[in-house]
Amino acid sequence: MTTMRKMIVLSSCLFLSACATKGNDNEIVIQGSDTEVQLVSALVEAFSTLHPEAHMSVAGGGSAVGIAALINGETDIANSSRQMKAEEIAIAKEKGKNPQEYILARDGLSVIVHPSNTVTTLTLAQVGEIYAGKITNWKEVGGTDGPIVLYGRQSTSGTFGFFRDTVVQADYAASMRQMEGTEAVVDGVTADTQGIGYAGIGYVADQDGNPRGDVTILTIASTEGAEAISPLNQEAVMTGKYPIFRRIYQYLPDLPAKDSLIAELLAFESSEEGLTIVQNQGFYPLTVEDAAINTAILDSLR
Amino acid sequence: MKRHSAFSQAFFFFLFRGSACAAIAVLLLVIALLLFSGHAVISWQFLSSAWQQQDIAKGGIFPAILGSIYLGLGVMIISFPFGIATAVFLTEYGNHSRWRRLIQLAIRNLAGVPSVVYGLFGLAVFVHIFGFGMSLLSAILTLSVMTLPWVITSSVEALEAVPEQFRDSSLALGATKWQTVRRIVLPAALPGCLTGGVVGTARALGETAPIILVGATFFLTHLPSSPFDKYMALPYHVFILSTQHASPHAQEFAAGSALVLMAITFLLSLGAIILRYRFRRKKVW
Amino acid sequence: MPSDALFTGHRAYRTERMMDKVMRYVFSIVAASTVILLIGIFAFLLQNGIGMFQKVHPFAFFFGTNWNPNALAGAAWGMLPLAVSTLLVAVGALTFAIPFGLSLAIYLAYLAPKRTREILKPVIEMIAGIPSVVLGLIGLLFLSPLVARSFHLSNGLSALTASLLVGITVVPTIASLCEDALSSVPGRLREASLALGATEWTTIRRVLLPSAASGILAATMLGLGRAIGETMVVLMVAGNSLAMPNGFLDPVRPMTATIAIEIREVVMGDLHWKALFAVGLTLFVMSFLLNTVTDFFLYKKKNT
Repeated sequence: MTTMRKMIVLSSCLFLSACATKGNDNEIVIQGSDTEVQLVSALVEAFSTLHPEAHMSVAGGGSAVGIAALINGETDIANSSRQMKAEEIAIAKEKGKNPQEYILARDGLSVIVHPSNTVTTLTLAQVGEIYAGKITNWKEVGGTDGPIVLYGRQSTSGTFGFFRDTVVQADYAASMRQMEGTEAVVDGVTADTQGIGYAGIGYVADQDGNPRGDVTILTIASTEGAEAISPLNQEAVMTGKYPIFRRIYQYLPDLPAKDSLIAELLAFESSEEGLTIVQNQGFYPLTVEDAAINTAILDSLR
Repeated sequence: MKRHSAFSQAFFFFLFRGSACAAIAVLLLVIALLLFSGHAVISWQFLSSAWQQQDIAKGGIFPAILGSIYLGLGVMIISFPFGIATAVFLTEYGNHSRWRRLIQLAIRNLAGVPSVVYGLFGLAVFVHIFGFGMSLLSAILTLSVMTLPWVITSSVEALEAVPEQFRDSSLALGATKWQTVRRIVLPAALPGCLTGGVVGTARALGETAPIILVGATFFLTHLPSSPFDKYMALPYHVFILSTQHASPHAQEFAAGSALVLMAITFLLSLGAIILRYRFRRKKVW
Repeated sequence: MPSDALFTGHRAYRTERMMDKVMRYVFSIVAASTVILLIGIFAFLLQNGIGMFQKVHPFAFFFGTNWNPNALAGAAWGMLPLAVSTLLVAVGALTFAIPFGLSLAIYLAYLAPKRTREILKPVIEMIAGIPSVVLGLIGLLFLSPLVARSFHLSNGLSALTASLLVGITVVPTIASLCEDALSSVPGRLREASLALGATEWTTIRRVLLPSAASGILAATMLGLGRAIGETMVVLMVAGNSLAMPNGFLDPVRPMTATIAIEIREVVMGDLHWKALFAVGLTLFVMSFLLNTVTDFFLYKKKNT
């Protein structure tokens, strides 16, 4: 029994000493978008070589998870692939938060199909109607006869929200298979000859802009008769010619303090090395206007 | 009639023997498929290095392994004392209490509750109300609550297996109830309690749903050094590798991580089974 | 044998008496708090979930056919597709697991030589120990393409794939409980039947199985409970579609997966939170009912 008592005392001491290290100033908690989780993890990894004392963690779950965590006070940075809605900002303000929006990168949301599918281009309206369940057979859009199988994200996803509000402009068809992460959407389409899915460009192209071989990235025409553009065209995404472009964001619960680790992290993301990582992960860099907005935030801290 | 009977017996007995072969085949198939997908990935580097996000082939899953080990230890530290003490109460002190049947009913019910419901409870209580956040502590507490009914049930079994004569003789010699429990009943039952507890912990280690809800992370820069830190865990790692990682190596890594997870749970279960076997051999009663 | 501490003086004796009283209270407090904790889970679910029914009528909640918390036109809280998905997967799993589990139980109880028994029982326990996320991975990598090829579907993520894997998780439960039930049938019943000239199989079929019937039924109920509560397998391979399923080859999204997916995005205390707790409460009540029925059958068996 004395050994037992010794162990109890020892573990209590360890536990109490561990409690003392709670509330570390060098800790950054990041949660949110699955579209961004790999990118932000790569950025954090590179940043931690410059700041080895920083304890950082990145978790996914979806943009809505990050925003809810921000509102609940559980995260230092919320990754979100869509903008916060007005109601969310209002609730955050009620709970004493002052959400700050920071633009991380540009994304060309690509629409993908199986390589054996004869369809290689669609109009924006057609994509919307397919996902709303109004067009249900590939022959209606120029392909071979067969039912269209929809792959998408779950409601926790910012991509889900962005795609619905911008492209579908109606509720998704109930038959859409709601996959757990972007990779699951892509895997679904690679295995399904009738499938169609949407994914951030970072998941379907590598750092040099070469598409994965196991899906076809559709070119999208903004209206009937307009030129169909591919999201692989960086310039088109940057200028907005590609119809499904978006900015992806990071939200902070409040303005970070000057010289704080978070401010350094944001500065790192805008730096040359950070932008290289953004491009290596397959995303597109910010336009000059986007960068100016970010710089304005960072400058207001000094 | 007799020939028909003989034929149907041969047929059904063949089916029953076949089901035994099928069970063994299922187990071997699962292991073989995992080895097939993931064997290329297993190496000392895989097991011992930190996770490299930018090129996962250069890194390893050590943080996830460590996280799972911490979870397992934490679950044992919390659920064993509470579970065994509750079992002692039920068998030694509460025997004639009418509460006993009710308590045992409650415990049996809770053993059947889906793990995601425990996750809900852990999220609301440990993460939010107690304020522990999405930390190792919240996960340990949630998994401990989940393992508690299992520990109690197997400890009760082990305690009831101790022959009544042991207790009677001890009490007849003038020992108090506590002395009897402390020196005779518990030492005799402890191997059985621990075996059951270890099997329960092995199950808890394999659970993913509660830790999805309570918050394991995708990427960490530092290994957790206190119960309030963020953590990675093997089952969650397998899950995100199969559904969220775009690297071409992701599925291999998922299979490799799954192999490591299975190896750990199998070793624990096997250890418990061997312990129970040797314990039964040693028992004189 | 303990001897030293017992009679080493009156003071030690008094200490031991006091310790006995103290430990009695300690044990009752620990036991009571454990039980309170466990019951508290139910109370907690109730408290968080019941608020849902003040905003949405229970009938609309349980029988509504549209679950869309983020709908543009206004949130829809119909749980029926989720419940049907859960039952579809669970029933499918049992269709496969009951014959398999019962066969294993019969084999173990009556046909297996001792050495085979000693191998087979650990094998079954090991199958029970396979983490469900690992089965989900195998489903994603191997079973789903196989199902797709066999049924000429474009994609194999469906209720069928989920049922097969959930069945594997349930077989050990059914097998071991049925084996317990069959082993506890008194030996004289078997001997008497054989003495009367019946074959082994006839004995099993007409005498032993019926007398173990309540135990077997209990095993089935518990297996059903386990199948209803499975989360990871269905999250990964069931297809995740919110539409009402028409058959086993459709993609489905059971209640457990819905909770696991949506709970992270809700703000604590809002209606979506309450709705998910209401779904959790439903799961709890379903498993409670199954357990109570099982208890009743086992109790009845003990008293026959």
